[in-house]
Amino acid sequence: MGIQVQEIPINPEIVQDENLLYCKPDTLTPKPFHYCPGCGHSTVHKILMEVVAEMGIQEEIIGVAPVGCSVFAYDYMDVDMQEAAHGRACAVATGIKRMMPDKFVFTYQGDGDLAAIGTAETIHAANRGENILVVFINNAVYGMTSGQMAPTTLPGMVSTTSPFGRDVHTMGYPIKVSELLATLPAVAYVTRQSVHTPGNVRKTKKALQKALEYQKQGLGFCLVEIVSNCPSNWKMTPLESNKFIDDKMIPYYPLGDVKVPEVK
Amino acid sequence: MAKSLGDVVIDIEKCKGCELCIDACPQETLALAPRINQKGYHYAIKVQDNCTGCNNCALICPDAVITVYRKIVK
Ligand SMILES: Cc1ncc(C[n+]2csc(CCOP(=O)(O)OP(=O)(O)O)c2C)c(N)n1
Ligand code: SF4
Ligand code: SF4
Ligand code: SF4
Repeated sequence: MGIQVQEIPINPEIVQDENLLYCKPDTLTPKPFHYCPGCGHSTVHKILMEVVAEMGIQEEIIGVAPVGCSVFAYDYMDVDMQEAAHGRACAVATGIKRMMPDKFVFTYQGDGDLAAIGTAETIHAANRGENILVVFINNAVYGMTSGQMAPTTLPGMVSTTSPFGRDVHTMGYPIKVSELLATLPAVAYVTRQSVHTPGNVRKTKKALQKALEYQKQGLGFCLVEIVSNCPSNWKMTPLESNKFIDDKMIPYYPLGDVKVPEVK
Repeated sequence: MAKSLGDVVIDIEKCKGCELCIDACPQETLALAPRINQKGYHYAIKVQDNCTGCNNCALICPDAVITVYRKIVK
């Protein structure tokens, strides 16, 4: 052991209940996430459930889990959840929301799920203005199945099915889901955020909260796209993957609100 | 002047050693332990007694294994 690192014990004068600033929310089950180290899925699960806890709507919210790495979202999010077939989360959420309009309803989907196999369900739910929140994790690959090219894979980006880099002439350009859906009149709120720095985590949390408030007001379809990472399939360390988000992902997928509801 | 004193408690068995907290801490309070936990990850530990309770590490920790305490002293 070459490195000498001295662990400092906790300070009992500070570690007191009255000084508690942050702890894991009760809306997450005790089960540790199965996600790879540093994966944005974990961060988004965490903040989404923090918002649910802060809004006090644990009993009033129903989530729809996708197929993809986050297929077991229901094991972690301690709220009512329904699993959907691959890509069909928006259709399932439509049914739930229409039967139970007083409940908050969200889907949680990856880019393969939402923008490849589920393109039709996503676009039509948005076009109908279904009063649901769609949480969209854009990590530019199919994570679960080991890193195939997704509709959102960047130009030139290497994946297992674009080993020489994505050639836009034969494989098309990455789809900007947020901009695409924002053109539909029944879509209320579209924002693109990220969770790769503490400041961005704060902003994404705020966006999720806003979307749920808009849903309460009955404003319609809300999309929160989150530019995320897949360290394992990008073959990077978590820190390198976050740098890739800054250097490559955000220039193509700029952060910020794409569409905001008109204030009534 | 009011000063803020912080401390963090890390659930080391659930830490995955991703290092995001270490990078996000403005105080360089955290580092990876030379030891590994049961999952085989080098886990994050406190190596300096200078935490301000800014909460950055807890915000960025994907696995929600960091609990933060903050005390404001006059
Ligand atoms: C009908 C069907 N087709 C294909 C698959 C294989 N499959 C599982 S997950 C997945 C893509 C997941 O990628 P994404 O939605 O981007 O989520 P991530 O794993 O990156 O979070 C595919 C193609 C499947 N499970 N079901
Ligand atoms: S494969 Fe990628 S998206 Fe899936 S858990 Fe691992 S890092 Fe996250
Ligand atoms: S609370 Fe702030 S200062 Fe303390 S360890 Fe975390 S990031 Fe560092
Ligand atoms: S961010 Fe969390 S999981 Fe990653 S090294 Fe720090 S404490 Fe461990």
